[in-house]
Amino acid sequence: MLAFFTLGVIGPWIAPYDPLAIDLLNEYQSPSMAHWLGTGDNGIDILSALLHGARLAAIVGIVVVGVSVTFGTAVGTWAGYYGKLPDHVVTGVADLVQAFPAIVLNIAVLALVAKPGLLHLIVALAVNGWVLYARLARAETLSLREREFVEAARALGVPAHQVMRRHVVPNLLGPLVIQATTGLGVVILAESTLSFLGLGPGKAVSWGALLDQGTSVLLRFPHVALFSGGAIAVTVLGFNLMGDWLRDRLDPRLR
Amino acid sequence: MSSGLLRYLVGRLARALLTVIGLVTIVFLLVRLIPGDPVEAILGDQAGPEEKAELRRALDLDRPVGDQYLSFLGSMADGTMGTSFRQPDRSVWSLMRDVLPYTIVLALAALLVAWLVAVPLGTIAAAHAGRGWDKLASATAVLGLAIPNIWLGPLLILAFGVKLRWLPLPGDDLAGPEALILPAITIGTALAAVLTRQTRAAMIEVLSQQYISAARARGVPSIPLLLRHALRNALLPVMTIGAAQLGALLSGTVVTEKIFERPGLGTLFLDAFFARDIPVVQGCVLVIAVIYVGVNLVVDLAYGVVDPRVRLS
Repeated sequence: MLAFFTLGVIGPWIAPYDPLAIDLLNEYQSPSMAHWLGTGDNGIDILSALLHGARLAAIVGIVVVGVSVTFGTAVGTWAGYYGKLPDHVVTGVADLVQAFPAIVLNIAVLALVAKPGLLHLIVALAVNGWVLYARLARAETLSLREREFVEAARALGVPAHQVMRRHVVPNLLGPLVIQATTGLGVVILAESTLSFLGLGPGKAVSWGALLDQGTSVLLRFPHVALFSGGAIAVTVLGFNLMGDWLRDRLDPRLR
Repeated sequence: MSSGLLRYLVGRLARALLTVIGLVTIVFLLVRLIPGDPVEAILGDQAGPEEKAELRRALDLDRPVGDQYLSFLGSMADGTMGTSFRQPDRSVWSLMRDVLPYTIVLALAALLVAWLVAVPLGTIAAAHAGRGWDKLASATAVLGLAIPNIWLGPLLILAFGVKLRWLPLPGDDLAGPEALILPAITIGTALAAVLTRQTRAAMIEVLSQQYISAARARGVPSIPLLLRHALRNALLPVMTIGAAQLGALLSGTVVTEKIFERPGLGTLFLDAFFARDIPVVQGCVLVIAVIYVGVNLVVDLAYGVVDPRVRLS
């Protein structure tokens, strides 16, 4: 996963070609010494496109998960700490959001702008991304609220927002980090899927968009789809395995 | 029917109805919450004034919000779900009705694939827990979960359509059931992976219970023991998880219909998206969400009837 983020940062610099450079003489070449992973539509170099795509995936993944974790933790802790009306509101909205299959809701949000860009994509993915973290934070807060150190802080007259910030939220971090790791894989897959469906951010080079191109020429030039889909699969598998590994390491209940 | 069961059924129905009203409201609000002029945002600045006026009329945006909401609710209640923006002579529902059967058949085929793989694999894994077969089944499940369906579809086409030529390619004649096989596997693989894990966990739990030891002591042979005594009890919780996977199933049909160039709700949804046919987009979102809520309701109700413990919570 370190490799993934490293490639996300330096990928565009080590890419041998400009991923948008048009070279019509060399369209859809099989892998060769000049183009290690071959070329695709308009003769773009697949390796370079994948390296640039890693950056988009990393940016979307980090921003969406960052926003989702922050917002989800805030409302989840609030709901769990106060109970009653705040809890009903947050749980109710979360239930409603989850009544839509994720990708369908994403598409519905993107349908509302004429030319979806990177920012719109991030908003669309965050619209349902926060729910998981809110549920997690709420459940953990419910049990933390009853613990003695939280009660002691409250009895001492510490204001509620400070109790939450200093005593509750720090204890949520472990489970949230585990969830966020798997969540990164989920978001990257969602970004690829939306780009694959043609809903990605305009000109940016995306693994999903590349896979879409590859699928349309699958019968004649299968290498485009093989490599771009492979990049998505390996990344998602990597985040899944890392999430499992973190869970085994950090969650004492599983030992 | 006992009063406890009745109360459970009524309560659960009321909650589902509330959810559906909430869904309708969210879908209604989506368009209205866009900052600035929604018509401008949806169509972009290249659209002509006539086109904008038409969309405004199709979405009822030229009237007070209260009226808009009432007529939106009305069009949902009378079953038309509004009028298509692109094809003003068609109601949204009539467009959906034409393609819905394709999607339902595909979804059922995917479920069939998932269950046919998951139940035997999960049972074998549980019966050999911790040993070779178990590890093989678990590794298969991890892999099945990680392969994105947007990649699996093209891979299957390459293997079975192009190289082996066993099955039809996308765009070929859709009449035969063999055209369903690859799409169903594309969607069903991830579902099968989840269900395999659940079946394994549920079977291991059941197999550790006393009545199984008792049956084994009575000399019940191991295959009937697994199938008749254990599996029956293990499948109930797995079914609930199966219903929770419905969202993935419905998302999967959207992707798969595109890969395999099949007609269906997903294709209609995407076409409407690209044409900015907002009434149809809204209708598709709503129908998909209502299917989702409805199936969960049916599973919950069935569960409540079968298992008295559920009614208490």
